Formats: sequence, C-alpha cells, structure tokens
Amino acid sequence: MTASRKITLTLNGESVSGEAPARMLLVDYLRDVLDKTGTHVGCEHGVCGACTVIVDGFAARSCLMFAAQADGAEVRTVEGLADQDGLHPLQKLFSEHRALQCGFCTPGMLMTAIDLVESSESLNEEEIRVGMSAALCRCTGYEGIINAVKAYAEQVHGKPPENRGGNV
Amino acid sequence: MSDTMPTYIGRSVVRREDDRLIQGAGTFVGDMKLEGMLHVAIVRSQLPHAKINAMDMRAARNVEGVELALCGADLKEELPPISGMQVAAPKTWRDGMDPRIEIPDQTLVPHDKLRYVGEPYALVVAKDRYIAEDAAELVEGDFEILPSIANAEAAAKDGAALVHDHLPGNIAASLHAKTGDGEAALDSAPHRLKKRFFHHRYAAMPMECRGVVAEYDSRTDSVTVWSSTQIVHWVRREVANALDMPEERVRVVAPDVGGGFGGKGHVYPEDILIAYLAKRLGRPVKWLEDRHEHLLNAAHSRDNLFEIEVGYDDDGRISVIKNNFLVDSGAYSPVGAAIAGNSIAHFMGPYDIPHYEADCKIMMTNRTPNAPYRGAGRPEVAFAMERSIDLVANELGHDPAEVRFRNMIQPDQMPFAVGLPYRDGVMIEYDSGDYPEALRKALNGVGGLDAFRKRQKEALADGRYLGLGLGCYVEGTGIGPFEGATVKIDPSGKVMVATGACPQGQGHETAFAQVAADIWKVPIEDVVVTLADTSHVTMGYGTIASRSAVTASGAIQDSSDKVKEKVFAIAANVLEASESDLELRDGSIGVKGVPEMSMTLKEVARAALPGWIHQRPEGIEAGLEGTAYYEPPTVTWAYAANAAVVEIDTATGEIKIENYVEVHDAGTLINPGIADGQVKGGLVQGIGGGLFEELSYDEHGQLMTGSFMDYLLPTASDVPPINVIHSETPSPRNAFGFKGLGEGGAIAPPVVIANAVCDALKPFGAEINSTPVRAEEILDIIEGGAAAVS
Repeated sequence: MTASRKITLTLNGESVSGEAPARMLLVDYLRDVLDKTGTHVGCEHGVCGACTVIVDGFAARSCLMFAAQADGAEVRTVEGLADQDGLHPLQKLFSEHRALQCGFCTPGMLMTAIDLVESSESLNEEEIRVGMSAALCRCTGYEGIINAVKAYAEQVHGKPPENRGGNV
Repeated sequence: MSDTMPTYIGRSVVRREDDRLIQGAGTFVGDMKLEGMLHVAIVRSQLPHAKINAMDMRAARNVEGVELALCGADLKEELPPISGMQVAAPKTWRDGMDPRIEIPDQTLVPHDKLRYVGEPYALVVAKDRYIAEDAAELVEGDFEILPSIANAEAAAKDGAALVHDHLPGNIAASLHAKTGDGEAALDSAPHRLKKRFFHHRYAAMPMECRGVVAEYDSRTDSVTVWSSTQIVHWVRREVANALDMPEERVRVVAPDVGGGFGGKGHVYPEDILIAYLAKRLGRPVKWLEDRHEHLLNAAHSRDNLFEIEVGYDDDGRISVIKNNFLVDSGAYSPVGAAIAGNSIAHFMGPYDIPHYEADCKIMMTNRTPNAPYRGAGRPEVAFAMERSIDLVANELGHDPAEVRFRNMIQPDQMPFAVGLPYRDGVMIEYDSGDYPEALRKALNGVGGLDAFRKRQKEALADGRYLGLGLGCYVEGTGIGPFEGATVKIDPSGKVMVATGACPQGQGHETAFAQVAADIWKVPIEDVVVTLADTSHVTMGYGTIASRSAVTASGAIQDSSDKVKEKVFAIAANVLEASESDLELRDGSIGVKGVPEMSMTLKEVARAALPGWIHQRPEGIEAGLEGTAYYEPPTVTWAYAANAAVVEIDTATGEIKIENYVEVHDAGTLINPGIADGQVKGGLVQGIGGGLFEELSYDEHGQLMTGSFMDYLLPTASDVPPINVIHSETPSPRNAFGFKGLGEGGAIAPPVVIANAVCDALKPFGAEINSTPVRAEEILDIIEGGAAAVS
C-alpha cells in the first residue's frame, strides 16, 4: 500500500509523471507530487466539489480517485484554463459577475461549470442550478456563479439560457 | 478632492483578489510546502465525557516515518492552557451586566479528562500525512466513561454531572441587564405572552477547513506561523505567551483564507501546538484539519434556549420583555461571554420597548465549544423577538406587519437610547436610520402587503398555502477596541497600507485600496495593501464582528493624517508655498489653482528621506510613515427588514421560498458590488440554517452529523430568488459614514422562514418556535391541525 509506482498522465496537455504510493489520492498527487495546488481539498468525501477536475472529458472528484486510476488519463485542472492569449472566458466571467469571494471553491466551480456547459448543447437556468449543485460555495450564495455560468453557456451554445420560472 | 479625480468609495471596483484566485494561484495554508516539512495528525475523542486513565503511544511511535507522538501527559508541563477570556470586557460593561464570569481555560491537549467528541488528546508528527494518520490509529487510550451532559437543560438539572469540577451547576457565566421596570410593567400590561424558543446549533462551515504551518528560525530564535485565521494578532499573543517568547519574535500570517464567518475568529489549540512543534523539532510543521475534524472540533454556534415573557396592549404595543435564556456553550467558551452579551443587547431590535430584563446563563455541556458565527448572538434573539411579535399579532388578530410598524422606533427618535450597555461598555444609542421605511420597502419588494394578503386568500381558496414572513433586526457593527494601520509613502511613490484586518473573502485588498486612494487622491493602482501579517502592523485586532470597514478605515485615515502633515510640510518647503495653499491631486501635491506648481508623492518621498540630500524643513523628521490605532467611540448601527413569501407543499411538507427580500442599511458603502455579495452570502447561510444545517447530538452527547452527508449546506438549486435593496444612511460616528455589514444577512432568515411557514399554515394553527424548520414538522402540523379541525 505504501510502495510507490510511477504515474504518468497528460496534465493540461503536457505529459507529466511522478511517484505515488498506491493509496495516494489523485488530488494529493496533483497538489503534493506535481505541485499543482490550484485544485483544493474541501471535504475528502466527495460532497463539496472543491477538488473537481476533468478526467478524460468528465468532471471527477479528485478526492475520490486514486492517482493510480488516473495513470494514462488526460486531466484538466484550473491551471490549464488560461493560455498565452489570457484568461479563459469563464474565468473572466467569474470576476465580472462576482462569482467568488474567498476563492477556495472557485477552481472546482470552474471545472464543474466547464464540464456542465461543454458537455451539453443547451441549458436552461434550472439545469445550470442543478448541475452547479455538484459544488458547494459558502461565500456567495451562488448568484454570481449562476450568472457567470449562464453567460458562459450563452457564449458556448449561442443562445441565452432560459430563466427559471416563478413569480419573480 | 479635485474635480478630475474619481472617487473610489461607492464604486463597484473589480476586486484585485480575483486574478490570482480564478487561476488557482492563491496561496492557502494547505498550499504551502517548506523544505523538510513534517505533517501532523491529531487524535480526537470519540467519547463525550471520559476520564483518561492511561495512554500508550508506543505503537504509534514505532511506525516508520514518525518523528514524534505525544499525548496530553507529555505536554502538561510544556504548554499552558489558553485563557478562557480571549476577549476582555471593559469595566463599564461589567458594571452594567452584573456578571459572574468563570469561563474555564482550555488545556491544549488534556491529560486527565475529555469533555467533548472531537477534543484532541494526542498527536503524531510524521514525514507525510498518510503515515501520520496510520500512526494516529495506533494510539491507545484507557478511558473511563463519565456521565455526560448532552445539552444546556441537562446541565442545569440538580445533581447533574460536572463538565468542569470547579464550576458548580455547570454555569460558566451569568449575566443580567435591565432597563425600566420589567416586573411592574408585566403586572400592569393588559395582555401577556409566555413562550419558549429554541435556536439550534449550526456553524460557520467555511469551504476551507482550518490549517496551520509553522517554522522556527534558530538564528533569530523566532517562529513564523501561517494560520487560516481571522485574527493574526491574537494568535501572535497566545503563541508568544505559550512559548514564552517576545511577541516581536512571533510572526503570524493569514495567507489566502477560504472563508471564516467567525469560525476562525479566535485562537484554537492547534495554532499554538503547531508553533510549539516547529520550535521543538526545528523543522517546519503542517497541520490541516479535515472536514470530519472540522465538523467535530471547529467551533459550533447558536444553540440557545429562551423563555420569554411579553407584555402588550390591545394595539399590540409591547411595553415589556423578559428574556431568560440558556446558552449551550459546549465544553469551553473561547470568546467568553461575547455572544451572550450580543444577545442581551440586540433583543429589542428596531423596536421602542421601554421595559426589558435579561437574565442569561452560559452553560457548560459535553458538546463542541460554542463561539461566534456570523450574527453571533443576534440570529438567536431575532428569532425570539420576531416570533414573539407574530404571536402577539395573532393573539390580537392584527397583521404582523402592522404590529411591527406600531412598535418601531421612528426616524425622528434618532439617535435612540436603548438603556443598556453595549459590549464596548458604552450605553447603546442607535445612530441613524429609518426602520419603518426599510420595512415598507421590504413589503413592497414582495408585491405589497395588501396585494399579498389578497393573493394568499385566493390561493387558500384553491387549496394552496402561501405565507408571508417578516423579520427585522439592528446590528451593532464596527466594534472596538481598536484597529491598527501603518501607512507609508514608498520611495516609489506608492501608498503602502497595512492594517490588522484579516480578510477571508471580503475583498479587503480592494476595499481598503479604494479608501486609501480617496484619502490620498491617487489612482487606485498606486495603493499597495498588506493585510493579515503581524510583521506589517505592530498592533492589530482582526476581522470579526462586522468591524473592519469601520475600524480599519478609521485607522488608515488616522495614520494617513499623520503622514499628510509631513507631506504638506515638506512640499511647502520644496515648492516655497504655504501649507494652506496646497492640495493633494492625482498622485501629487500642489498649489491650489496653479497646476504647474506641484510635485509627485514620489518626489515628496525622496525629499523626506534621511540623509544628505533631504529637503525637509526644520523640525520635520525623516520618512513618510505613520501608524495609528483607531479606537471607535462606540459601534455603528446597521439594520435591515426582511420579507419572504413561501408556499408549502402540504403533501410533502416542502417549503418553497418564492421570493426573499432584504432591505439592508450599512451606511455609506465602499464597494456596492462587494457589499451586495456579503449580504446575499449571509442570507443564504441564514436560509441554510433555517432549513437544513444542524449539528445534531444524541442524548449522550455524541455528534450525529460528522460529514457533509449529514450536515447539509445549501446548494445552488436550494437558493430562492433573492433581492437585496441597499439603503445608505451614513453613520455620524465616523468620517466616512460607514457601518459594518459582514454578518447582517445571516441574522434574519431562520425567523423569516418560521414566520412565513406559520403564516401559510395558520389554518392549521401552526406555531413553530424552534429551528430548523423541517418538512417532517410541517407534516405533523398539517396532520395534527387537520385532525383538530375535523
């Protein structure tokens, strides 16, 4: 269980490798072995979503995966969002819509939202709310997050998400 | 202020914190990695109350990779306990409250007995966290289970077991306060109401758990502590005290902090233990709390039981309130009597009630220690007060809104003397605001009272149950004793601002840059803000109690004033002008009306340097640096009115909040966008507390909600449409007109929800006097009420 093995994965488009004991969680491997500390640990039992990364195209809780399970996988983390042209559109929208306060949940929120929006062809507000319920934010009350994700969905899908019903 | 310069205060400037945080490039304690760093796992009690007979650390110590494993007996002679009084109360408050306060000190790692599930009793230091946790599992203890005290009422029973042997009756403190003559007023009141209200236990629950990293430097015999805390200067004080070091040899830094909300607002044993271990081992040491530990051991809050008597007349005018309450403080009370003091002071809220008596006991139980969380004693009393008003209205057949208007302090009564001392020892005087107008706006925000009552009636005819819930409160904000700031004009010309404020997401770097930019009339880009680092400001207090906007701004203003004196004197000397003819403008200081006669702050900073090339006039000391400690005269009074419409699903008991409105007044806003986010975030925490979140114990004192599977936080799909309307009545108590606002949002939702549900289920005779409001309780009401009706 404590014997290490070599884990190689594609992290944000680059092949990286490092040693990990068999029991090491993917999030610890990213943070402690690869020194990518943008992915955070909020609960270590798969509820809060702070550790969300995208593994082979799907959002995953990196606290519920062993590093060994990601051997050979393609992993996207918050560190891969901005490129030489600047911030990812969703990162800009998060700041514009005041979708963060302490910023601890933000990397997981961004990866959750990217998976949600990019893996669908259209979304309404209710679907965005349900989808974003995969990650917890304790600061904002979610308004800015939902507005930022709606704006991103509009950019990606080419049409504004339908607002939720109700009398308001 | 020059016409050409923007005023930053009042603008929703984009936060300068965002850029690093949206890229995952912030630095939280957990992100820190130091050469040779060791990792700590803490062994925590699984028993509510137990005597420690013996500990066996041998197996843990034998694990390969373990550097050190210690239990309480090993530390007994090494480290003193933390004082039970981390917050000292002024004498004038004590005189007004007639308190008996015997808050127990807290042993960092007990060696004799355990008092709550989650209390640390041993620790392991190892080369990585995995090994530390392996070894922690091998720590053996021989415990003798003691009778446990599961809640405050059990603690108060005759013959109850004692949580602390030296506290008879399990009473850690008792407080009394009165204004007017409650007994006489109750005797003469035409109507009386006597009720019990219970506000349950929940907690701050920041997304980042707590964590501490410490490093010892043998060359200077100094320790640096990085802690996820709201109060770096308190941590410095307690670490220096425990390790018997000068405070100047202890540096405490709070790097990026992932939420606090009060839960990180006092010194915990781990802050001291990790510093101790780093010094003892001569290597950096890291401890990160996991979520299970956080739920067990980070401070819980609320958990008050009230017995209330209200005297009122036929119109619903309340003449008297007697407030008798127990605080379940758990095994310790890290912030002493502060929460209960808040509860006593805030009970009457925005209402003009001439007679009031409060009697409080802070009880020790075998629960996790209770410390301030967003609202800190105010949600609890807002619940009791605002439920009482609805009950009075129901008894008389008046609308609850009308009864509120009849009791409210009118704007022409401002400033309004309440007749009680605040925690700062100053008699309470509400400073400014229009409480009835706030309630009118809140009612308009849900479509107007009359329109709602009509809609409610029509809905009821269709078998639908709509309810309107109201809740009003006032909040003393910006409390002292002080905040510190150091302002320097750097040789680069930048305005360097450091304060003792410790943000956890409030956007302080941006907000205080706005304040300083306006004070100095410089572009905001030329202000550099340093926070939460004891090495940058000698004395500080920290970010708790909705205080930093007021207190840190005051300190920035006062320290800037000291520096400005020198800037003006030096500029007058260089420009050969009179000081009174000079003004600050766009990063420069110059002669009024003569644009070409000016010098930049950078030039002034160079002219102020010590040495051969200085251009200071006679008697002006070198350097442009000033430190001031702002001591506010007393608190500023923020206030709010809330209104929410709910619909109850009578088949499932589900509460659907159709619309939630808060009209909030925190005086002049520094950054309206940030302020709006603060209030909305607080509201959602309040909604979480009102509906889902509960730290639940069984009858033995065992915590039943030790994971996020059991302790439910609100998610994006749980949040109703929320509208926050900001009023800005300036406070007359500071130069800016600021009042504090961090906590406000969290105060009202539990009672607003309870009032709305009772209003909706009035046909069933619903009366909900405890939190949280749950679907099963609603179904019981519907079944019970329906049975009674049929």
